[in-house]
Amino acid sequence: MLSIALQATDTVSSIFAPVSTPAVKEADLAKMVLVLSAVVFVVVAGLVAYSVVRFRAGRGEQGTEPPQVYGSAQVEAAWTVIPIIIVIVLVLATGRVIHEVQAAPEPPNAVRVTVVGRQWWWEIRYPELGVVTANELHVPVSDSAHRQPTFLTLESADVAHSFWVPRVAGKTDLIPNKTNRMWVEPHQPGTYLGQCAEYCGTQHAHMLLRVVAEPPEQFARWVEQQRQNAAAVPADSAAAAGRRVFLGTACISCHTVGGTVATGRYGPDLTHLMSRETIGAGVAPNTRDRLRAWVRNPDDLKHGVLMPAMQLDDEQLDQLVEYLLTLR
Amino acid sequence: MTTTRFPIAAPAEESTPSVFDRLHEWVITVDHKRLGIMYIVFALGFLVIGGLEATLIRLQLAVPDNHVVSAQTFNTLFTMHGTTMVFLVGMPILAGFANYLVPLQIGTRDLAFPRLNSFAFWVTCFGGLLLYSSFLTAPALFGGAAAPDVGWFGYAPLTEPTYSRGNATDYWVIGLIIVGFGSIAGAVNIATTILTMRTKGMTLGRMPLFTWITLVVQCMILVAVSPLTAALILLLLDRGLGAHFFDTQAGGSAVLWQHFFWIFGHPEVYVLMLPGFGFLSEIIPVFSRKVIFGYPVMVAATVAIGFISLGVWAHHMFSVGMSPAANTYFAIATGLVGVPTGIKLFNWIGTMWGGRIQLRTPMLFAIAVLVQFLIAGITGVMLSVVPFDWQLTDTYFVVAHFHFVLVGSLLFAIFAAVYYWYPKATGRMLSERLGKWHFWLFLVGFNLTFIPQHFAGMLGMPRRVYTFLPERGLEIWNLASSIGVAFQLAGVACFVWNLIRSYRRGAVAGNDPWDAWTLEWATSSPPPAYNFAELPVVGSRRPLWDLKHPEDPDWQYE
Repeated sequence: MLSIALQATDTVSSIFAPVSTPAVKEADLAKMVLVLSAVVFVVVAGLVAYSVVRFRAGRGEQGTEPPQVYGSAQVEAAWTVIPIIIVIVLVLATGRVIHEVQAAPEPPNAVRVTVVGRQWWWEIRYPELGVVTANELHVPVSDSAHRQPTFLTLESADVAHSFWVPRVAGKTDLIPNKTNRMWVEPHQPGTYLGQCAEYCGTQHAHMLLRVVAEPPEQFARWVEQQRQNAAAVPADSAAAAGRRVFLGTACISCHTVGGTVATGRYGPDLTHLMSRETIGAGVAPNTRDRLRAWVRNPDDLKHGVLMPAMQLDDEQLDQLVEYLLTLR
Repeated sequence: MTTTRFPIAAPAEESTPSVFDRLHEWVITVDHKRLGIMYIVFALGFLVIGGLEATLIRLQLAVPDNHVVSAQTFNTLFTMHGTTMVFLVGMPILAGFANYLVPLQIGTRDLAFPRLNSFAFWVTCFGGLLLYSSFLTAPALFGGAAAPDVGWFGYAPLTEPTYSRGNATDYWVIGLIIVGFGSIAGAVNIATTILTMRTKGMTLGRMPLFTWITLVVQCMILVAVSPLTAALILLLLDRGLGAHFFDTQAGGSAVLWQHFFWIFGHPEVYVLMLPGFGFLSEIIPVFSRKVIFGYPVMVAATVAIGFISLGVWAHHMFSVGMSPAANTYFAIATGLVGVPTGIKLFNWIGTMWGGRIQLRTPMLFAIAVLVQFLIAGITGVMLSVVPFDWQLTDTYFVVAHFHFVLVGSLLFAIFAAVYYWYPKATGRMLSERLGKWHFWLFLVGFNLTFIPQHFAGMLGMPRRVYTFLPERGLEIWNLASSIGVAFQLAGVACFVWNLIRSYRRGAVAGNDPWDAWTLEWATSSPPPAYNFAELPVVGSRRPLWDLKHPEDPDWQYE
């Protein structure tokens, strides 16, 4: 039952269904620890159960006292030494995996990404590739013949967060005034779900994260597409009006759309908004009506979110959404 | 060899003062027994409050995308639940037991500093009330949260004014500073009492294990609570005067707060858990009818836990990006703390082995602790395996782990202790029938609530989330967890009813209802204000055993 329960499907993120090198190493060690733990539990719980059943006072024994045993040096030495041996075994195995994960060398062809935690979304930058996106980390699949791990530099713009995609890697915190590193190396294509694991304020629960692992050629195409600026003025008149709404309101204080005057960095980069599957850091699917609801009043979808409602009327909203839908 | 004499004190004179006079007596009292009872009643009151907060948390998490409470309210609830249970339940209830039992167990008339004792209680009490008054008084200010919502660990910089507007966080900081003063004052008092006021013949090596453990715990409180108080004062300077200790926007350090907090926080876990071990070390021998197995090793293990627990704090921080060397060190230290803890567990089993076990209510709770603490210990070892911890930390697995420590082990041990010593404090037995209902309901409820949380954590559910998404395999575990709460509530209802009903209608206990061996059972129930008419003289670790079995006294074997 346990193994069935912990199997992963497309949406279940079991730590025992790893797809990436660090997660595989962690899961292998975890399985060893679980087996050892099960043995210890059965033995000790068995002793407790046995002594309760075997030494329960019988009716005739009330009022008489059993022989008093004050201790036994041999027995006590045994149950001191055995746990010490178990601890030594565990520490050796632990130290090895710590080293393999934390001290792994960074190959020259590694993809380098900077992830910045923000209340309550993820800014994802590929400085060498000139790509900026949010909440969805695209990485190439790595195979043993052609290894290509992705190394992440983790920072925070406000409070502490933690990057956790269970099937891809254990968590590493994003802490302001501190730069952390971790790496991932998925072996099979797919979208892996995760979320912020360090309490970071009101919407900690909706700081969701996904890692999209793609074959290298597909990843290269994604990079190429993400490097483009947004198209100039859209042909569609509603969208063109929406563009004027966007550039004429405070949207541009926080958001960037490549190739326009919108260069804000407080909110997610919207240049390729429609290439992402979700909005609001995973709080809703990225569809026309959800997008409209979000822009109308983000607080309806994600209570406490820092993006304000821009008080647009229905026509402006429709136009703005038309424009956003062109940002592919 | 020393003789053992036990003058049984006459019960105190009964008169019938008015309710006001009696209340007045309780407020001005410096009697360790009354203050002990006040600590315990205060803590049980907050146990109910903290439990109701937990109930709301589980209602909200019963199904995905639920809307019982808002995100902000939920964050307030888990912050106040954690803070309450640690500072307003765990610490005071254990201070209460130490207050009540230590002078009786070492054969003296009161604590070393009775007025300091009264101060410590009232400071703790008002600190708790101040913290809770934020619900009433904070909302009007600056539109901040109505009550603290920064988590019981208050990680910087979320606690800085930039991210915690309003005054709720100030209530949390100041409340904890004040409660901390109470803890420190109590620790000084109890440690002094144990070191200087033991009765004739009560050498350190003859002290009951509960008293020994209490001594170690008081030393740990002095070492652990002081850094927390200092860190809270730094945070108060940040919030009130614009200092920058933890203000990362001005170059402060967020990690520094984590170190300060866990330098307190990890010893704190043992400050809470060790007295539970003390209860077990008194209760298991009496209901197994056998002397504790390996007394010297039990003492040594306690002291070892005390020392090692000061060097393991950063195992709460394996994901903050420490060096591989630091991670390895803290893994080793954490693994080592399991060794003396394991010794204790084995010695309790050794005590039961070959005994004549009486399954009265205190013993039932004690046996449940053995198994549940075993699980807590094993999951603790899993968390010390750093790469495994990278996956498990900050998930519901950790929530399950420490509730197996603090509920499955400590709270069960506290229930055992209440059933065991209630007759001494009130002169009445608690009902065995209600006690067994309490035990079985709480046992089922506790395990139904917390076993599933291990699986939710391994399936990717972080802690401190006010909701979770459907279709991630989390529904069944969360629903089971929430259903368990109903059983726990029913169990606690039996307990509270038992406490109230037995106070008047319980069977009369007599001085020594359990046929026990330590000095508190040598005086009347309840004991008179002066405890012993004539201070007892002891010759072994079990003075009452010597008295009851003059043909086979303990001191022959020690």
